[in-house]
Amino acid sequence: MEPERPNKVAMKNSFQELIKGIIKENPTFVLMLGLCPTLAVSVSLINGIGMGIAATFVTIGSNIIISQLKNIIPGKVRIPCYIVVIATFVTITELVMKAYFPPLNRALGIYVPLIVVNCIVLGRAEAFASKNNVRNSLMDGIGMGIGFTLALLLISGIRELLGSGKLFGYNVFNKFEPALMIAMPSGALLVIGLLLAFFNQIKEKKE
Amino acid sequence: MNAGQFLTIFISAVFINNVILSRFLGLCSFIAISKETRPAFAMSLAVMFVTTMSSIITWLIYRFLLIPFNMTYLRTISFILVIATFVQLVEMVIRKFAPALYRFFGIYLPLITVNCAVLGVAVLNSDMFFTDGKSVAGGFLFSTFQGICVGLGYMLAMLLMSAIRERLDLCNVPKALKDFPLGFIIASIMSLAFMGFNGFKF
Repeated sequence: MEPERPNKVAMKNSFQELIKGIIKENPTFVLMLGLCPTLAVSVSLINGIGMGIAATFVTIGSNIIISQLKNIIPGKVRIPCYIVVIATFVTITELVMKAYFPPLNRALGIYVPLIVVNCIVLGRAEAFASKNNVRNSLMDGIGMGIGFTLALLLISGIRELLGSGKLFGYNVFNKFEPALMIAMPSGALLVIGLLLAFFNQIKEKKE
Repeated sequence: MNAGQFLTIFISAVFINNVILSRFLGLCSFIAISKETRPAFAMSLAVMFVTTMSSIITWLIYRFLLIPFNMTYLRTISFILVIATFVQLVEMVIRKFAPALYRFFGIYLPLITVNCAVLGVAVLNSDMFFTDGKSVAGGFLFSTFQGICVGLGYMLAMLLMSAIRERLDLCNVPKALKDFPLGFIIASIMSLAFMGFNGFKF
């Protein structure tokens, strides 16, 4: 029975790596990373999900590759190396999106290539994948991706509901004058500011 | 190519589509470094320099390397690599020849590599000033000018924000709103004000 135990511990560890990205270290609300795409694309739920999945794919892919290469990459040039790996995955995403989801690609616009400079991806490569094994890095990538996607869903859900009175493009309210301002860029900043204040308040009450 | 087009680019990049308040590029540095005016000014100068130079370099790469060899799908990789290398180079040159300036810029130069505004303006230029794989007339000058204007827009938002936040230090705000949440709400109101420039569209 002895050899099984470390395995179980490892399983438990990698499960924790998966979970922590969702709430405790949520990339958007706790780590405050990758805000630019979050705010820019969160006009509708579809865009939010598209961006979330794209960023998740890039995070997982780059985490796996970088955790495998961590002993080969020299310390001094590690950031350019990470960027090349990340940019490769972003290019894959860009081409797939252009080929199979052209409307989504048009809606997301320049924010697809900009996933390269999304701090979440580079941040996880530097802070986690360069120090951990492949399995934990994979779990970390999945967890961070889910956390990012959930945050996007929350913000884009609020904005689509209040800004255009719809959810996934379907009308929700009958008689409702949508607050156009929420669908505008200033609405994105307002929503995320209030959400952050809300989470701060909850954290404070807990303590 | 005439002065009107340059004016359009200027007003569009600085006011209507302000890089921070309407395109959300470089938001991380905007929220993080805008607590005081001096570092905010240093950062925006550095950003302006890098957006201008990277507009020039990426235009040349796109026009003379990627398009002739039919490799435009390498746009993202090549742009980000060139920008990262260029920022590193600038940092080394400044540290060697202008130590005073280096101290002024401090840690902000390396941070610019991952500033979305820099890559964003390069991608925007290659979207806007190339049609059907050909550069529009005067595209090089337009790209360079757009680089400068995006930097100016960044500086404008940065200076306004840091001035407001310096005043806010003296105010008593609810604890939950402190720092980041309030920063976002201020930015939201500023963005609302900038929306008024939409009337300028011509």
